[in-house]
Amino acid sequence: MASGNESTSTTATELPLAFLRGKGLAATERASSDHPAVDVPLGEVVVALGHLKSEQGFDMLMDLTAIDWAEGASPRFTVVYHLYSTTRNVYVRVAANCASDTEPSAPSVVSLWPGANWHERECFDLMGVKFVGHPDLRRILMWDEYPYHPLRKDFPLAGIETALPDADVTAETGTRVLSAPMAGGPFVATSGEINLTEAEPRAKDESWADRRPRPDQEGLKQVRE
Amino acid sequence: MATEFSFPDSAAKAAKVPAGLVEGTEFQTEKMSLSMGPSHPSTHGVLRLQMELDGEILTKCDPVLGYLHRGDEKIAENMTYNQFVPYTDRLDYLAPLANNMAYAIAVERLAKLEVPARCQAIRVITAEMARISAHLMGLGAFGLDVGAWSVLLYSLHEREKLYKLFEELTGARFTTSYTRIGGVTRDVPEGWLGRVNAFCDQFLPILEETLTLLTRNKIFMDRTVGIGVISKADALAYGLTGPNLRGSGVPLDLRKDKPYSGYEQYEFDVPVGSKGDCYDRYLVRGEEMRQSVRIIKQVIAKFPDGPWYATDAKRIFAPPKDKVLTSMEELIQNFMIVTEGPQMPPGEVYFEAENPKGILGFYVVSKGGGVPWRLKIRSPSFCNLSILPKICTGCLISDVVSILGSLDFVMGECDR
Amino acid sequence: MVTANTELGYNSKVEGDVVVTRADAVINWIRTNSMWPMPMGLACCAIELMAVGGARFDIARFGAEVMRFSPRQADCMIVAGTVTYKMAAHLRRIYDQMCAPKWVIAMGACASTGGMYRSYATLQGVDRIVPVDVYVSGCPPRPEALLDALIKLQNKVKREPATHHLFSSDAPPHGVQS
Ligand code: SF4
Repeated sequence: MASGNESTSTTATELPLAFLRGKGLAATERASSDHPAVDVPLGEVVVALGHLKSEQGFDMLMDLTAIDWAEGASPRFTVVYHLYSTTRNVYVRVAANCASDTEPSAPSVVSLWPGANWHERECFDLMGVKFVGHPDLRRILMWDEYPYHPLRKDFPLAGIETALPDADVTAETGTRVLSAPMAGGPFVATSGEINLTEAEPRAKDESWADRRPRPDQEGLKQVRE
Repeated sequence: MATEFSFPDSAAKAAKVPAGLVEGTEFQTEKMSLSMGPSHPSTHGVLRLQMELDGEILTKCDPVLGYLHRGDEKIAENMTYNQFVPYTDRLDYLAPLANNMAYAIAVERLAKLEVPARCQAIRVITAEMARISAHLMGLGAFGLDVGAWSVLLYSLHEREKLYKLFEELTGARFTTSYTRIGGVTRDVPEGWLGRVNAFCDQFLPILEETLTLLTRNKIFMDRTVGIGVISKADALAYGLTGPNLRGSGVPLDLRKDKPYSGYEQYEFDVPVGSKGDCYDRYLVRGEEMRQSVRIIKQVIAKFPDGPWYATDAKRIFAPPKDKVLTSMEELIQNFMIVTEGPQMPPGEVYFEAENPKGILGFYVVSKGGGVPWRLKIRSPSFCNLSILPKICTGCLISDVVSILGSLDFVMGECDR
Repeated sequence: MVTANTELGYNSKVEGDVVVTRADAVINWIRTNSMWPMPMGLACCAIELMAVGGARFDIARFGAEVMRFSPRQADCMIVAGTVTYKMAAHLRRIYDQMCAPKWVIAMGACASTGGMYRSYATLQGVDRIVPVDVYVSGCPPRPEALLDALIKLQNKVKREPATHHLFSSDAPPHGVQS
């Protein structure tokens, strides 16, 4: 990273934190490799973002997403907001841990930025975080009846067998949503600091490897004339 | 219930009031619902608009996305950092080189790695060439949408020339996968910069010619001027970026405001629109291509010497092949990087780059090791499209086509 | 009345520009040289599909430049791009709306097998939804490869018994699933 950026971010580091503290919010510093970042309690997210928007010039909500910190971790879900100020050209990252590890929910910020609407729908779709107060919380990328939240860590990359969105096409072609063939791959090392034997690259997902048969052989037949 | 929409069509106003309705009362028609897409020539891919129509006027517009949701973010969690580079090609497949660069810089910031000046310069050239090629396609498709077929032929022809240059540099026409964490795959070939320069020289007059086909074209102006107006405040509130935001008069360009990859060394202007209608967005794109040419020429003029990859990044960048084949140390380094991936420290970064379609952001969360824990892609097209329900409501159905063309989105990036 | 079937072969009374050939050959000749594609442009491969329509590669040389977005007017569906499960049903419906005879080209790795997208959302090969005539490898295939696929398909169509069902009652017309 350029040294110029380094210095701007260090001077700005206290700013959002000190500012939010000054507003009487229980904000804490969040470890970050680049932009200033703060952790706020879930209940104070809307207030904190509102203050940042109206008084600190953070007029754009650039990104809204959630992180799943592994199955069994607690807190498991963290909602992350990235704000940008078009006047000051700085970012701030605001994060809040969800209270529940099984049924995560967060307050909606659509009232502050209408653009948050789709971000929250996406987050609900892929992570299963419910946004309280969202005007129209539907799935956005997967189809409405899809039963899973694919970006959760307990969901396999290959997918889980389920029904196609349209039953008549299944009736005609016999195709269902199947788990994808991983054929033993992808051969990658695991995330995190671990010992050398474990760091050895290996197949992560064996749902469809040579040793184990495909989920349903008949379902895979080609459509023929 | 009276509708609040005015009827610009005088014929509709003058239409005879059918029997049974009292003269002078509001003429009520039955609402019709119409689904446009996911396979429709002017939805640029697989966008679907679920519309509710009152005559020819939209009373509701609900975009349905996800027809190209391929699971990129989940795939990223299962791959080493370099393995994901090809997937970034396929986000905005009109400007893969710009995506490659954005992703590489995001991960390099995580590793606190600085790439040498030559590498930065190569990346800037490729990103600007990608911008030209993306805007050309945007213009061509926009023209096509509003009924000007020849613009597309002009722009396809120029794009072929660009593809030839891309192919020479990266080996592929547009799925380039050119960057690696800490560098690029290979140095620029002999004489390539000269050919890029020659392309720029011949491109400018052709660009003027192409733009003349549209700029003062009566049909084009009728269909775009004053259509799909986005106010400054709306553009910011919906997180619009790129030419769509600048078309509304906000001069936000991260190349200027938060320079990366050495953009601060180059001189260029940021065009902004005044009204925020479809026509302004078109003008902004046209001007951006000229500015891109300007940037490319400056980079070529002071193209730096030196290494084209980060030489001090032993655990991040695999050394060039000739060194791997002759030196044991480099061979081991190559093996480690190919199998385990570049090793990253724990942490999280959010990096945004000014791409042709808008601001492309990567939020990388790492727990250390060779694989990201979470990788969120902030795609400009997704945010740009989120304003559709607002600006489409109340406009004519034929204007929807102009609006879609002027927003210039790519579904691969929108749905990821 | 039984007459010798001379008119079909050579008839001295018929004069002028007459060429005698098999009905199959004529119909197939027409079909191969005016194959109107239905461009199912779904993802990146669609860009190469557009390049094929452009000046340099010019698919018009092979009579297939008339891209029809209406399935009713198309003969050959070019599936260019990744088919997701969400899209699959729409693709099948569009295929069903095309009039027989109809053919399908799976363009690119994604359409052929799912390609590099081995994930929960991607259909692993469009042949699980519609019958495919020609697979084109590549990610994306070069425009030349698509032209080659078109020529391959034309060769295939040339060998089809186009008039078979006119003369035999048991064979179903082409394109109807048996
Ligand atoms: S085959 Fe490659 S280029 Fe074609 S749609 Fe798939 S990913 Fe894109």
